[in-house]
Amino acid sequence: MSGDRSYRVFKIEEGTVIDHIPSPLGLLVLDILGQVSEGIISIGLNFDSRRTGKKDLIKYEHKVIKKEETDKIALVAPQATINIIKGGTVVEKRSIDVPDTIEGFLTCMNPNCITNLEKVKTSFDVVEKEKVKVKCRYCERVWEVKPNMIEKDGRS
Amino acid sequence: MGIDFKGRSFISLSDMNKEEILYLMEKSGEVKAGKHKGLLSGKTVATLFFEPSTRTRLSFESAVLQQGGQIFGFSSSASSSTQKGESLTDTIKTVTGYCDAIVMRHKIEGAARRASQVADVPIINAGDGANQHPTQTFLDIFTMMEKKGSIDGKTIGLMGDLKYGRTTHSLLVALSFFDVRLAFISPQELKMPEHYTDFLKTKGIEFMEWDVLDEKAGDLDFLYCTRIQKERFFDPMEYERVKGSYILDKESIQLLGDSTYIMHPLPRVDEIAEEIDEDERAIYFEQAHNGVPVRQALLGLALGTIR
Repeated sequence: MSGDRSYRVFKIEEGTVIDHIPSPLGLLVLDILGQVSEGIISIGLNFDSRRTGKKDLIKYEHKVIKKEETDKIALVAPQATINIIKGGTVVEKRSIDVPDTIEGFLTCMNPNCITNLEKVKTSFDVVEKEKVKVKCRYCERVWEVKPNMIEKDGRS
Repeated sequence: MGIDFKGRSFISLSDMNKEEILYLMEKSGEVKAGKHKGLLSGKTVATLFFEPSTRTRLSFESAVLQQGGQIFGFSSSASSSTQKGESLTDTIKTVTGYCDAIVMRHKIEGAARRASQVADVPIINAGDGANQHPTQTFLDIFTMMEKKGSIDGKTIGLMGDLKYGRTTHSLLVALSFFDVRLAFISPQELKMPEHYTDFLKTKGIEFMEWDVLDEKAGDLDFLYCTRIQKERFFDPMEYERVKGSYILDKESIQLLGDSTYIMHPLPRVDEIAEEIDEDERAIYFEQAHNGVPVRQALLGLALGTIR
């Protein structure tokens, strides 16, 4: 199988490869990262994976995605791997770290929270990193992060 | 002590630490004893009550007037420009130019935090939806310390609606700074939420959960009661079945110890029978009255007139 893979999603010379995204989260990860690149983006879905059963992957050509952007993936797919490619080789294997605070990227699920009723940027403290639980700095409710809390950047 | 509250807003218990709470208690005691007289003279305080309240608003008004300050404001959003569609942010940005401090209550959670970001003067949160009501907690703690000297080593029972009551949640956070044992007394439907009991576990605070008030209550230093509301029950029959177990009357207070003080944030409806008001352990009116010196001290510290 591994020999076939390069024909399915082409090897890139420069850019960012996000691999080992558990299926079916690939498109959600793409949504989270939004249109961060004008270059070619290749997506592979449902590859066999020893680690996660099925996995998705995304390759951004000619685009090194910033760490604070890739850390957003931690909220839905902390198992994913990030490789930065230059000259056809991996120059950085980047970890995905759950950030301590999250600004303006998640929606608070409390309908009576000020962030849902006035123009106020959301702000959360991460209170648990394993399951990723966040506490809204405004209404102080604690939420386990679910995909529907994620504001879709660039595509919404 | 190195604690300086000047210019600071009071939004949530989660912004405070033990030393700060104790400092506020110390200053509240001084104010109650007659020190710092006229501490708000020349100061103007706005009370913005977007949601009606009787006790808290009157307590703040009394607190300011007694200390020589001026107070103005509104007591419901119907009489504010919110009615015309003005945002909270704009209301606060305007009123901040009219006064030295703003006391506000709002039904939206996080409203006070938002206000504190855009105001140039300290914001005192007098309740934001189901979230926080810190001055109630300060006066609760003050009353406990006044009665028993210290909170450390005490056993405190919280009874009634422990699921939805913001008063008991704020109080729990404040008590967790001390070496206390807690007892939660409530029907199954209205138990203390798990994220609060988890929080107590991480802080190493011992707690017990009781279905009813029974002879174990003899060991309590304080029994803090809250109202059980009928609308919290899916099944009205269930409400009728359980409500009697959480009512204090002449008979049930016999379960309490000789020095178990009975507290309640008020207003009470029928969860404490009037017949026990005269019992010397019933301190809920005294507790409400303590709101005045505690709020005076808080405003004095926030405005820098108490140092």
